[in-house]
Amino acid sequence: MSILGTRVVRTEDPLFLTRGAVYTDDLTDERLTGALHATFVRSTVAHAKVLSVDTEAAKQAPGVVAVYTAADLTDLPPLAPPFPFVAAEFVRQWLCTDTVRFVGDAIAVVLTEERYQGEDAAEQVVVDLDVLPAVVGTANAAKDETLLFPAAGTNVLAAFGEPAPADFFDGCDVVVEQAVVNQRVAPVPLETRATSAVWGEDGRVTVWCTNQGAQQAKGQIAEWLGLDAALVHLVTPDVGGGFGAKIGADPEYALIAHLAKLSGRPVRWTESRSENLTTMLHGRGQDQIVKIGGSRDGKVLAYSLVTDQDGGAYPRIGVVLPTLTMLMTPGTYAFPKVHAQARVLATNTTSIGAYRGAGRPEATAAVERALDMFAAEIGMDAVEVRRINLVPKFDEPHSTPTGATYDSGDYVAALDKALEASGYAELRAEQKLRRERGDIRQLGIGVSTYVEITGADNGAGTGEEAELEVHADGTATVLTGTSPHGQGHATTWAMLASDQLGIPVEKITVLHGDTDRIPKGGGTMGSRSLQQGGAAVHQAAVELVEIAKKRAAERLEANPDDLVVDLGTASLTVKGTPGVSVSFAELAAEEALLVQTTFTAAAATFPFGAHVVVVETDVESGKATVIRIVTVDDAGTIINPLLAEGQRHGGIAQGVAQALLEEVLYDSDGNPQTSTLADYPFISATELPSFELVDMATPTPMNPLGAKGIGEAGTIGSTPAVQSAVIDSVAHLGVRHVDMPATSMRVWKAVQAAQSASQTQNGSTN
Amino acid sequence: MQVSMTVNGQQRTDEVEPRMLLAHHLRDTLGLTATNIGCDSTSCGACTVIVDGLSVKSCTVLALQVEGSQVTTLEGLAGEDGELHPVQAAFQSEHGLQCGFCTSGMVMASVGVLAANPDPTDREVREGLEGNLCRCTGYHNIVRAVLKAAEAGPVAGQVPQSQEVSA
Amino acid sequence: MIPSPFEYVRVSSVDEAVAALAEHGEDAKILAGGHSLLPIMKLRLAVPSVLIDISGIAELNYVRVDGDQVAIGAGTRHHDLENSEVAQAEVPLLPHVASRVGDPQVRHRGTLGGTVAHCDPASDLPTALLALRADVVLVGPNGRRTVPITEFFLGFFETAMEEGELIVELRVPRTGDGGWAYEKFTRRENDWPIVSAAAVHLPGGEVGVAMANMGGVVLRAEATEAALAAGKSIEEAAALAAEGTSPSADMHADAEYRSHLARVLVRRALTVAAGEAAPSTAESTAAA
Repeated sequence: MSILGTRVVRTEDPLFLTRGAVYTDDLTDERLTGALHATFVRSTVAHAKVLSVDTEAAKQAPGVVAVYTAADLTDLPPLAPPFPFVAAEFVRQWLCTDTVRFVGDAIAVVLTEERYQGEDAAEQVVVDLDVLPAVVGTANAAKDETLLFPAAGTNVLAAFGEPAPADFFDGCDVVVEQAVVNQRVAPVPLETRATSAVWGEDGRVTVWCTNQGAQQAKGQIAEWLGLDAALVHLVTPDVGGGFGAKIGADPEYALIAHLAKLSGRPVRWTESRSENLTTMLHGRGQDQIVKIGGSRDGKVLAYSLVTDQDGGAYPRIGVVLPTLTMLMTPGTYAFPKVHAQARVLATNTTSIGAYRGAGRPEATAAVERALDMFAAEIGMDAVEVRRINLVPKFDEPHSTPTGATYDSGDYVAALDKALEASGYAELRAEQKLRRERGDIRQLGIGVSTYVEITGADNGAGTGEEAELEVHADGTATVLTGTSPHGQGHATTWAMLASDQLGIPVEKITVLHGDTDRIPKGGGTMGSRSLQQGGAAVHQAAVELVEIAKKRAAERLEANPDDLVVDLGTASLTVKGTPGVSVSFAELAAEEALLVQTTFTAAAATFPFGAHVVVVETDVESGKATVIRIVTVDDAGTIINPLLAEGQRHGGIAQGVAQALLEEVLYDSDGNPQTSTLADYPFISATELPSFELVDMATPTPMNPLGAKGIGEAGTIGSTPAVQSAVIDSVAHLGVRHVDMPATSMRVWKAVQAAQSASQTQNGSTN
Repeated sequence: MQVSMTVNGQQRTDEVEPRMLLAHHLRDTLGLTATNIGCDSTSCGACTVIVDGLSVKSCTVLALQVEGSQVTTLEGLAGEDGELHPVQAAFQSEHGLQCGFCTSGMVMASVGVLAANPDPTDREVREGLEGNLCRCTGYHNIVRAVLKAAEAGPVAGQVPQSQEVSA
Repeated sequence: MIPSPFEYVRVSSVDEAVAALAEHGEDAKILAGGHSLLPIMKLRLAVPSVLIDISGIAELNYVRVDGDQVAIGAGTRHHDLENSEVAQAEVPLLPHVASRVGDPQVRHRGTLGGTVAHCDPASDLPTALLALRADVVLVGPNGRRTVPITEFFLGFFETAMEEGELIVELRVPRTGDGGWAYEKFTRRENDWPIVSAAAVHLPGGEVGVAMANMGGVVLRAEATEAALAAGKSIEEAAALAAEGTSPSADMHADAEYRSHLARVLVRRALTVAAGEAAPSTAESTAAA
């Protein structure tokens, strides 16, 4: 029996559980001996002219070695916008000289001998600011009254698509339109950003930093610093979570490397949580208008999604998120007409980047909301409306009006499995009873279906590298260009090699994240790792077996075609002659047994599923509590169910968090209101039930494993299901929509508004 | 100022600044970096250690405040022969950790949960871990792990004997 | 984030603490569990130059019956109060509320005196103490004095403590299990309450009702208490819970919603205290 598909526990865990992982701030590398500690001086105002920065007092503070401002960085090239289609005027500075554009914008950096001295000294830097009006929210930005970058003449960072034609909804009996907020949230990996840098006598800089892909981070740092890429050695230590926010490098990492050069000492930087919540990339942040039209029998004829994406102060990955939203606009549905349009606006807030799902959860939330509202309008069960409009089961690729090509799917089956596992009919019956009794605690049932894109070409193709070497002692080493930070690649990649070679998982070491040893790699993001990086390891193992067969054939004087792998002994044997064999280790003892390979996936894959969520809402207070979550998440073939389930769990929780609790808030002056974890309501164990997972596996033809991505699916499916469940719990009181997060006050106010509207209506008809 | 404490069974006396937080003392002075710092506001629990038999958030305790105390960190939880503590073993078998950053605090808090309640329900585990945040697992497998560890009996709620306070 | 530098003084008796306070003046702060003070020092919202650590004063850690009151040492940690058999038998509201403070780690360190001195308007135990009509016992340069808690919380983070004083004891009536409830409404289980309500039947027959986060300090629901004393129904009395309050607006709740919550929570607390309903909990009984 193959090891694939079995619940292998993680080989990483014993060290993590006894001495702890080694994150960037934990490093004790001797090259970092005597490292200075960097502390950023950041703007406390959202938008202002910088009049002066006085560092004199700070330079006198205990332990201060240097204080740097922009004036000290004249030999650094200016930063450029991250995408060529963004106008060159939308550019950030390494350290601000003339304008600060969000609370947290960097103004100066203090280097001190000891960690504790940094904050004391940073307080001594005197920054004189002339406050400008702040732009908060996309609606304000779109007015173009206050411009973040006056030279650009607009706050629009990018625009995609055209308005819908005037006759787009012609022929629809019913058209429903709703403004929907997909609010800004904070990724909050438990490990904040951290980096260390040291220059060698050979003129090369070694940078350790927490990130989701060493090779990409290295490329960015080299480019930003104007260095030949060969001069940058980037090492990724253990990483305490990423969720999209650690894709690539941040300018801070490059700046710290540069300051190590200027100061002639190694430099370390670990941000505080407050700094993290105000300056690390946020996610989501879309204001959407959904419009859906169709006939009263439940058939949708036309659907439109128009999005204003908050880009934050400086263009980052957020600029391209709406293109993914647009691509996935129709979701699982076979709508005849689909329209999508978006623009991205600069605001005086933290920049937006990728966060678990990155553009796709926003599309799913919008279309699921639209379908619910359409169903409510025509008085049909929302599940029935879904069933009528779902794309039927397909084995050949399915093309959508927005240009996506779905690889394989059976959305109706996923929905049916989820409904059955949840006991949907019984839930509706229980809901009816409670409504009839007028219970304080009402039941809400939310159903979502979703499809998303994983392993997409992010500009660097759909390939990944792997190197596999078997050693004479019977162990093996895998080098991968993916970048695990919780996903368990060390275990799964070892399983993939073991599956071909028979070398036990415990004897296979998986290495990643050192750009000197692994120069090429795509990192871990967009749910790509298994289907590309894992497939590359599989391919390396297959190729290694072929090489080994040739060499074994010579040694055993046999035909290579007659050799088979004996998984029990990690050796090659002659078919039908069990005694005649040679192990991979023996072959490695003769000559290095090593394969380097690149696997290129045929195309992106489209995992899908259906979620059913049950909430109980205290209608007096408006507080909704999630009591059940049933999910079907089809990510094709599963290699390690234990780890795949873990990915689903984490994803589900983050979806619940967005739907119910979490939101990054600013006041109208652009001051962050959620800059500590006491204020930002990071979801905790008490706010979640245990999850009920249902298996389904529709393999993809896009890679030999049949695997699709699983990292983001849980979030994409659960977010709309939870929102829908909350709304459903008060639907009988007249509520049609509540924006996320569906806080108790929002729900209570929605009920109050619906009740007073219905009273007014009753009054007028009486 | 000077501070003395017993950390993972070893007597330690060190010179510290009065404002030195126990978390930084463990990490920077003693090199015990399994204890992580994930927030500024006593919210995340990543820095949880056991002081005199009770779980505490070491980011909100001065090193000087644990003068004379017994401190156990993740590094001191396994047996001297390297045998995993029942909570550690259960976190592995139930896949209760992913990125690992919350894990040290989560494991120590779980020992505390089981010390207070050796046979908890799913809900009681969740309430016991309300001060510990995890972004990766959705808590599902952490809860499973604590319930699994409870099957080992009272030992799951204890730190190694050699480190216990002598009465 | 780390606190600004300070001088640290460890004391082992109340007398030493009073002497240290006198010596270091208004820049000194008392450190007990540190779970109110250290967080704001880390954010540099408080920058004391001297910390006087009273956590080693053994004589401040007790829960005992004293006449018709229960006396609780100011240094008693929430965890100890929660598990005190004396408190559970004599004044069960208090250990219950202690069990609802923060999370287990916080309860292992935080002290009753500390939370009273800190005077946060959203604090659980001060709300319960106010409903209970506790007495606050202070010791200072002029000796010992007792302040009724109804006169102790003066304003936003402002108490009747004078310079050089520290809290040494809290005294509450022996209510027994005469009917009590604490209804805490939070975003997440371990959050500070958006609003909470404590109700307790006091030995004299009066019903004490207090609320957290309905103003700059924890407040008595005075109109409700008066209505109950005048023989009004729970429903009628609870409808008056927000009378005379001016709750603040923040990201969790505006004043209108807080007032609504106050009425709901006070009604629920009174109903439970009257033995007419089970307390509401976050845990559901739901459908499966």
